[in-house]
Amino acid sequence: MDVLGNYKSAISARSTDKDILKKAQDGGIITTLFAYALEEGIIDGAIVAGPGNEPWKPEPMVVTTKAELLAAAGTRYTISPNISLIKEATRSYGLDRVGIVGTPCQIQATRKAQLYPIGMRDVDDKIALALGIFCMENLSYQALEAMVEDHCNQKMESVVKMDIGKGKFTVYTERGAVSQMPLKLIHKYVQPGCSVCLDYVANLADISSGSVGSPDGWSTVFVRSTKGNAVWDGAIAAGCFETKPIDQVKPGLDLVTKLATEKITKNQKNVDARKTIGLKADGTPKGLRNPYESP
Amino acid sequence: MAEKITIGELHLSGCTGCLVTLADNYEGLFKLLDDYADLVYALTLVDVRHVPEMDVCLVEGSCCLDDKLSVEELKEAREKSKVLVAYGGCAAYGNITRFCRGGQWNQPGQEAFVPISEVVDVDLYIPSCPPCPQEVRNVAVMAYLLLKGNEEQKNLATAYLTPLMQLAQRGNEACGCDLMYDVINQGLCMGCGTCAGTCPVRAVTMEYGKPNVNRDQCIKCGACYAQCPRSWFNFDVMNNYEGIMDAIKGAMQ
Repeated sequence: MDVLGNYKSAISARSTDKDILKKAQDGGIITTLFAYALEEGIIDGAIVAGPGNEPWKPEPMVVTTKAELLAAAGTRYTISPNISLIKEATRSYGLDRVGIVGTPCQIQATRKAQLYPIGMRDVDDKIALALGIFCMENLSYQALEAMVEDHCNQKMESVVKMDIGKGKFTVYTERGAVSQMPLKLIHKYVQPGCSVCLDYVANLADISSGSVGSPDGWSTVFVRSTKGNAVWDGAIAAGCFETKPIDQVKPGLDLVTKLATEKITKNQKNVDARKTIGLKADGTPKGLRNPYESP
Repeated sequence: MAEKITIGELHLSGCTGCLVTLADNYEGLFKLLDDYADLVYALTLVDVRHVPEMDVCLVEGSCCLDDKLSVEELKEAREKSKVLVAYGGCAAYGNITRFCRGGQWNQPGQEAFVPISEVVDVDLYIPSCPPCPQEVRNVAVMAYLLLKGNEEQKNLATAYLTPLMQLAQRGNEACGCDLMYDVINQGLCMGCGTCAGTCPVRAVTMEYGKPNVNRDQCIKCGACYAQCPRSWFNFDVMNNYEGIMDAIKGAMQ
């Protein structure tokens, strides 16, 4: 498996749904796919990062309608523990076919829950569609607050959109102000757990999507699993997306590959460095636990 | 069809929830028994009085040190099985029996309950209270492949079972605190929410993206840590999730 994971096809795409595009972060891929899957009965509901009780603080929620989906559209650059609802969705919500969207680590968690359903009763065959989003790193809510309020000088509640791209973190306010900070300054705010992550483009998702590699307003899409392929083909046939071949858009897969390689190389170094972080009395190294080796 | 493996369930100080979990595979249990495993010993399910020789012994419940028969039967089961599994939170970690201090009916004189690894060597853990039917099914299928399969199947089964064997080597104390000690304090938590979604008693909530454990509610079953993608994540198995899930599904058709 290379840094982009296994995939059947890579496409640049954009939703054909105007309502979704208005609210979407980029090409509206995730929202549109879930709307299509709900419509078709491929899923009964989806676990998404919905609006929380503080500005820009997401709350995992189960949605079953397009209106609820739209309320959850767009990216909030902070943690939404979506997997906390994965069993609940099959119980209290009574879903037999669950859609879930998550960062690469959350999709990893989903696959582990399916392969090793230790405390995840009846979940394994109910994950009908797992959508992944590209992710370099994530931030605690307080870290996001520091970036928006301290670095960009904007109130959280007046921000209408946040974006990461072209080396900058950008916030847009309701009054039309645009504030930016260099991406390199966010390093100290990144949650430590992200520093051992070896997945940039959600290798284990049915379909992964992110802005990197495609022009503004479009998204790069990797169709990965057999299931994902069937859903994608259906959505295309239903006219849900405009598409362009990925090798005909700028900056294309080269940039995705570059960023994925950078992330994985850097984080593999972090994983390796954990082995020798300390020293025993006899001079041999003392290490931290490596989650990729043993519990 | 190669010959079947033999599986037994030794019932110690448990509530029978683990045994019910095995039965919760419904028609899947019949499929397991038809094609892959003979159930040679199990309370209520099999009319056999003494611990027989078997390939895999699932031990349910913790071991009561005040009950001579429990200790003896556990030792006998160890001697007579190729693979001994701590099946469920009580056998693996003591679980709710960790809180026993005697005085309960109908055996007020019994108070020393320990995870089975205090008494015998354990090969493999299946944590949680109760464990999931799908997990014990997966372990049963993998044990069959390990003992009766071809080279490729043996390799897959080994890769699959290894983390559960490592879990048995890691120790016999579990608590929601493991999320603090072995994940967050180790700088590994990324806030996915798996632990909160897994906890059978809802003792784990997510506060600002990180788990918070209500320790009075925690029953010490080990599910949260075992399910966490940062306790272990084995790429050799996970990257092949589609194939493995299809294979298990196929085996159960």
